Amino acid sequence: MSRDARRLSLILLFAPFALWILLLIALPHLGILALSMREKVAPRVYEFGFGNYAEFITEPIYWNTLLRTGSMSLLVTFLALIIGFPIAYYIAKIAGKRARGALFLMCLIPLWVSDLIRAFGWILLLRESGVISRSLQWMGLTQSGIEFLYNDAAVIVGLVYTVILFMIVPLVSTLDGMGDDMIEAGYNLGGNSLTVLRRIIVPYAMPGIVAGCIVVFMMTAGSYLTPILLGGKNSSWFTEQIYNQFISRFNWEGGAAFGVLLLLFTSGVVWIGLRLSGQSLANTVARS
Amino acid sequence: MARSMTSPALLLGYRLYVGAFFVFLAAPLFAAGIFAFNDSLFPALPWQGFTLDWFFNDTEPKLGMFHDRRLLSGLYYSFVIALLVSLLSVFVGTTNAFLFVRREFPFKNALYIVMIVPLVIPGVILGISILVFASNIANAVWDAWEVEISLLRPGIVLVVLGQFSFIATITSLVITARLRKFDTSLEEAALNLGASRARVLFTITLPFLRPAMIAAGIVAFLVSFENFNTTLFLVGSESPLTITMYDRMAKIGSTPVLNAVSFFLMVGSGLLALLSVVAQRPGQPD
Repeated sequence: MSRDARRLSLILLFAPFALWILLLIALPHLGILALSMREKVAPRVYEFGFGNYAEFITEPIYWNTLLRTGSMSLLVTFLALIIGFPIAYYIAKIAGKRARGALFLMCLIPLWVSDLIRAFGWILLLRESGVISRSLQWMGLTQSGIEFLYNDAAVIVGLVYTVILFMIVPLVSTLDGMGDDMIEAGYNLGGNSLTVLRRIIVPYAMPGIVAGCIVVFMMTAGSYLTPILLGGKNSSWFTEQIYNQFISRFNWEGGAAFGVLLLLFTSGVVWIGLRLSGQSLANTVARS
Repeated sequence: MARSMTSPALLLGYRLYVGAFFVFLAAPLFAAGIFAFNDSLFPALPWQGFTLDWFFNDTEPKLGMFHDRRLLSGLYYSFVIALLVSLLSVFVGTTNAFLFVRREFPFKNALYIVMIVPLVIPGVILGISILVFASNIANAVWDAWEVEISLLRPGIVLVVLGQFSFIATITSLVITARLRKFDTSLEEAALNLGASRARVLFTITLPFLRPAMIAAGIVAFLVSFENFNTTLFLVGSESPLTITMYDRMAKIGSTPVLNAVSFFLMVGSGLLALLSVVAQRPGQPD
């Protein structure tokens, strides 16, 4: 190809990427950043200012919700890792070759069912007239129905359920690449199970662990349906505040400020996580 | 197999844990599906006998999903949206794969990270930022020329763009991974034999990418179909199925017709997911 043709084809290949990132990601995000620094002083009259952020700081319910969302998301991420790691290890290292594929596929099936249906399933199980409560009554363990819904535990169960697959999949693919001889060598050198886990398996799986944690944390903090449907009126999730500002109160400036805060907060946590674990976005999330 | 660390009792305990985990995974899906067949007005125990009314019955109060106009139109809009999103995402995913695998340009590594970023932005934020951006443009055009661009108001176009904004990352990653495995000597051989560049692309390179493109398209279709967070802010009067179902759940409460829809969707997406696994299998040893 001549140089001009090469240049032209590079531009043609670059155009879809540039349009996508510029028009749907970069400019819209700059847009909400600009909108969040705009204050309404009179109808259709605006001026630059940090009033929307000041409102966030002075109104404890807002920053409490953000802190609550953040800490519960961290808890969910931690639980997903603790519950998911043994499953991933089993699939990658202990199950036989044929069982492995089947188990992995079984892990993936709930992935393709919408959040809404998963939350709906949990509602049918957990509510007062739900399957678990009725079964307990039938077994004579309780006289009246028990409401398992609309509390933090239900939200956490639902969230762990929704995100755990995104933890297991990257873990399986990293653990899959680890030779069994590494583990054998650890034992031969006199390590016990705990040492082998701590010194060999976990360090090897680190990119997968970090990738899983990032995706799970972002998904949890940004989730909307599960906390609302399972937590009920007082779930106080931060995305709900954004929705209320935008749709119910039609306060786009305030909603945009909340959006920027959520984004800064979650990327801050992810950045700290990457720093602490010595990983980068390219070799974790991109690989899974 | 790295078994040396486990005693039989420990291994049994481990197996029980894995079994319990899969029960945990299946339980809510099972509950959502099974009550579609319960002959009762409420999706709850006790079991009143088997029925298909929640799919096919045409009268209230047990209006089946295939006679429920709003659910059917939701299904139709979801389908249209998902189809558009997957076509668009596969196209951009393919051009991105060629861009990042075959070409050299400044800031390539940084831009590759930029390509991944949409996947980790919360869907709610993608939704509001695209809503604000589109409204700003529409308002500016109105103020300047008094022309209303209804495409930039909440509706199907914005939903498609909103979902595309992060699904394109998924398709790009899938197709890029496949293109990296391509042996470029095949292309060189064809060129040496006198084929034109376009001919090489259409007879050698694209057929090699086809399994990944199909799989990426199916994944995009499914992710779009089930998306809620981004869609919620961009939806106009043409609600896709997840939004219709959510409204129904919030306003009327859970009825078994929602179980019927859930069952239908689970079977449908299960089959599609299986198809994507099959599509990726040939010539791609793991």
